[in-house]
Amino acid sequence: MPSRESCIAAFAAFAFVCATAAQAQSPYGIGRTATPAEIAGWNIDIERYGNNLPPGSGNVSHGREVFDQQCAACHGAKGEGGIGDQLVGGQGTLATPKPERTVGSYWPYAPTLFDYIRRAMPQNAPQSLSNDDVYAVSAYILSLNGLLPADAVLEARTLSKIKMPNRRMFVDDPRPDVKNPACMTGC
Amino acid sequence: MTEPTDIGEDLVVTSRRRFLRDGGALVGGAVVAGGLTRSTASVAKESAGNLPPNVPEWMKTPGDPMGSQLYGTPSPFEKGVIKNIAKDLPQYLSASGRTPLQDLDGVITPNGLFYERHHAGVPTIDPAQHRLMLHGLVDRPLIFTMDDIRRFPSESHIYFLECSGNPNYKKPYGKTASDLVGLLSCAEWTGVSLKLVLQEAGLQAGAKWVVAEGADAAALTRSVPIEKCLDDAMLVYSQNGERLRPQQGYPLRLLLPGFEGNMSVKWLRRLRVASEPTYSREETSKYTDLMPDGSAREFTFYMEAKSIITRPSGGQRLSAPGFHEISGIAWSGHGKIRRVEVSVDDGKNWLEAQLQEPVLTRALTRFKLPWHWDGEPAVIQSRAIDETGYDQPTLAELLAVRGENYYYHNNAIWPWRIAAGGEVTNALA
Repeated sequence: MPSRESCIAAFAAFAFVCATAAQAQSPYGIGRTATPAEIAGWNIDIERYGNNLPPGSGNVSHGREVFDQQCAACHGAKGEGGIGDQLVGGQGTLATPKPERTVGSYWPYAPTLFDYIRRAMPQNAPQSLSNDDVYAVSAYILSLNGLLPADAVLEARTLSKIKMPNRRMFVDDPRPDVKNPACMTGC
Repeated sequence: MTEPTDIGEDLVVTSRRRFLRDGGALVGGAVVAGGLTRSTASVAKESAGNLPPNVPEWMKTPGDPMGSQLYGTPSPFEKGVIKNIAKDLPQYLSASGRTPLQDLDGVITPNGLFYERHHAGVPTIDPAQHRLMLHGLVDRPLIFTMDDIRRFPSESHIYFLECSGNPNYKKPYGKTASDLVGLLSCAEWTGVSLKLVLQEAGLQAGAKWVVAEGADAAALTRSVPIEKCLDDAMLVYSQNGERLRPQQGYPLRLLLPGFEGNMSVKWLRRLRVASEPTYSREETSKYTDLMPDGSAREFTFYMEAKSIITRPSGGQRLSAPGFHEISGIAWSGHGKIRRVEVSVDDGKNWLEAQLQEPVLTRALTRFKLPWHWDGEPAVIQSRAIDETGYDQPTLAELLAVRGENYYYHNNAIWPWRIAAGGEVTNALA
């Protein structure tokens, strides 16, 4: 079969040239189509402005119950930290010698809180909380940080609208930012 | 003459009997092999007469037979060469373990000693039940099995991988090369170019980022610029010739040469092509670099040029004055190492070290400098220059710009102090 590889290569090259066309063929014909239901089941990404947040809601008081049961053992009764990260406080400390990077002081986008809790928390049973519970515990953590009133109800729209205090403090990578004069002798 | 295999089988029986006679515990074949190894070692330890003019014990009796180890392990005399894992970590699910750089030669890290960083432990994944989903801004959302992935044209490359926090900027600084920069390893990776896989689905207009997600209990998520995905990014299934170890992402991982390690998402299950980053917890609250003024740098991907002397290095001891080769490793996320300079007089004068070929892009490069130690106290150190002309800075130079709360991307020169007695310690500690 002397020409098989070259045929594949030629086909691949042809398909690559055509790749800008919307209906281009797959160069290798490997894999199968992912269905919308399959994608919906796996795509748990919540983008920074809340795109893809699911239906549901939760209030601060229920969030406190969930937090006490599921989170406090590692993060402390009031989110002050322990085995797990400090979640509360630290606003105004980032430019000091002892910065406290917490949800309230550091995180730039509130929907990220929902994304992370749902995908990775609690550490012993990730993706076990209901969406309502994730909204509730997110509300509680935000309220502990003074970013939501104690009687707040959180759902997709309200979570997306929260302005985090540190949002504007992130900058692009300016490196190389440090220069070694590269002295060779008598330095 | 008897077939070699027959001889081997006969020796296995003999060895098993010998082992049982010696009173070792027998719990399956692996323990038999281990027990044999240990008994051989103990014989050697007890014998005092293995030096010239005597004939060593291990020449007077046959060694372990073929099949004693169905997957080879190091000599029992190398049992101290293991991953360097702190004993006082608050927890071990989101944690890291370091490569013992000072005990290794060459540039390839053995798979069992490759550094580890996990965010929610090491999952055990059945490759038959693992899938890679590719969706988002593509013409054809696709699902691949591992067999599918392996059908793509393959490629192999040697690249280093380094954790972004390697090490911190704050004291206390580590004692050994591993303590300081052991979240660094290098391997030959085999897989498929990510570009090929993306082309299989067809990228749509506006595709600027690819969001990668792991199938671990952290569902770790990082966003990768499309330029990197269409350049040298790989989907990797093998490392140093064998399938990935579970700690390295079995059965499939992303590999982004030169980028901070956590972006090379392990246990890769999903790629979402998007117009902007996902701003996951890892790329906002974690792997961002806090400046003294309270601002923070985000999407700081590259690991800049760096080097360290691994021999002699902290924790080792020069046995006597005289000839000692200085040897170490250099690397840069921006490409090839162009030059490594070494100082043996506390940074006053610098000499160009010899680079061991091949010098590969985004791989470890070993450097060497012949040195005659006069027995006087000395401070030795190395600095790397990469193909962009970038010069590895000192810790003081880094701290002056970034401050000590920056945490990540510390590529400082690390000098070693050699005492009159030959002991080697961290000169900055």
